[in-house]
Amino acid sequence: MSVRSKVIEAIRQIAKEQNVTLPELSDDLSLHETGFDSLAFAILVARLEDDTGVDPFTISEDAAFPATVGDFVRAYENVPA
Amino acid sequence: MSPREIFALRDHLGAELKVRTISDAQHVVSLTDILSQTVLGGRLSELSGRSVLLKLSDQLRSGLAMIELDGIARRMLLCPPDLNPAHLDALIADAGIDAVVTDEAGRWANSGISLVVTAQLPLEATAPAKTERATEWLMLTSGTSGVPKIVGHTLEALTGAIVAEGPARGSAPVWATFYDIRRYGGLQIFLRAILSGGSMVLSDPHEALGDHVARLKARGVSHISGTPSHWRKLLMSGSAAQFAPAYVRLSGEIADQAVLDGLKAAFPNSSVGHAYASTEAGVGFAVNDGLEGFPADYLGNRNGVEMKVIDGSLRIRSTRTAHAYVGRSAAALTDDDGFVDSGDIVELRGDRYYFVGRRGGIINIGGLKVHPEEIEAVINRHPDVRMSRAKSRKSPITGGIVVADVILADGTDQARVKEIRDQILAQCRAQLASHKVPAVIRFVEALDVTPAGKLARTDAS
Repeated sequence: MSVRSKVIEAIRQIAKEQNVTLPELSDDLSLHETGFDSLAFAILVARLEDDTGVDPFTISEDAAFPATVGDFVRAYENVPA
Repeated sequence: MSPREIFALRDHLGAELKVRTISDAQHVVSLTDILSQTVLGGRLSELSGRSVLLKLSDQLRSGLAMIELDGIARRMLLCPPDLNPAHLDALIADAGIDAVVTDEAGRWANSGISLVVTAQLPLEATAPAKTERATEWLMLTSGTSGVPKIVGHTLEALTGAIVAEGPARGSAPVWATFYDIRRYGGLQIFLRAILSGGSMVLSDPHEALGDHVARLKARGVSHISGTPSHWRKLLMSGSAAQFAPAYVRLSGEIADQAVLDGLKAAFPNSSVGHAYASTEAGVGFAVNDGLEGFPADYLGNRNGVEMKVIDGSLRIRSTRTAHAYVGRSAAALTDDDGFVDSGDIVELRGDRYYFVGRRGGIINIGGLKVHPEEIEAVINRHPDVRMSRAKSRKSPITGGIVVADVILADGTDQARVKEIRDQILAQCRAQLASHKVPAVIRFVEALDVTPAGKLARTDAS
């Protein structure tokens, strides 16, 4: 499974658990518009860390938290192997 | 005016009761003639009026030495097996120790303690001693990372709950405990065995659980106590089959409904009760209705134990509490009114109080306080869960999130694991505030339990 599909699937799974109705997930969608609150993002980052072994937001001190879904996915895609 | 009559352990032991024993995995010692025998090589009189450190590598000799020393020594400090040796010097100074009873005499040769007495088996014959004084019992608190606190008790305080309950009905009980008898929970059971005219089967940390249970069965154990973690381990081990004690007791940790129900299912003909006690507060009460928590009308004055809830924590005043912390810089053990603050947080729901956790065990989740025990109690209600531990994990987003390690029942179909995870999460969402719902559930094979029998809450992972 690609990194992108892992991230998207985790977002859908958490949305289901948190009773969040997601809009269509395009790269341009701002994370704010997903309907996720900070707890939901915290869960997402923790699950992805367990799944992929990386937490791109803790590794890099100067990493700004992404603004869009596309930025968020790329943060995982761009982690050096 | 005559002084109150002082009872020591020896005054509860007489030759009139036959076939009483105290045993461990290696030895069986008769309690019937114990007063004319010595584990101290006949040197008890040298220890009269002394402040004695009881530092032995096994429980059997420790128990026999307690029987001899009580009523003779000025005080005795019980050292549990997991005591950090680096703390010994501070404890010796604080307790004013001037004698040691040990099985490693060589280790104490240059310690500055002039009187070193070796405890040894087999027992030797001696003339019975007479009670001289009320010996002060010093116990150590568990669970603190620094030097443990020394807690001072009298035998009268330690046995208050046992005397109040009265003698056991029917034949003399055979008591056992998963605890070490040098800890408060285990000492209560040892004292029950002595005062009730019964026998005692000691645990052995090196013995496999299956062998331990086989020994409990073989020795006819009728009454047995342990922490919920001890009991969960037993239920998981599959060793409980064919063991049928009359009385199963839990203490030392929160007994949630899942473990109470699990024990009732495993031991359908046993009475299952949970007791509330701590080294400092003594025995507060026992709950025998099979339900977690305790009835709200236990607050107030009941059987000489007064309880109240202030700032969420249970406070206790009774003649069974310890009388002081011992040592030069020891803090006050009670408030000005004589109440001990247990540090155990309770919550009133309907007509019952429920334990939600320890004040010191709170984890911080995004600025909100969470008791891990409250989350574990909900997870443990899932029928496929045997044991769980909730803890916090750092999060770059909220600072912290709740994660849970869960042990599933033996033989759980791996294909069902995802479904079980979803069910646990649904259960948590239905019963807990959203920040308390675990963000991640990890299925594990084992969870650590401390030497004091409690779920280990501080590890590196």
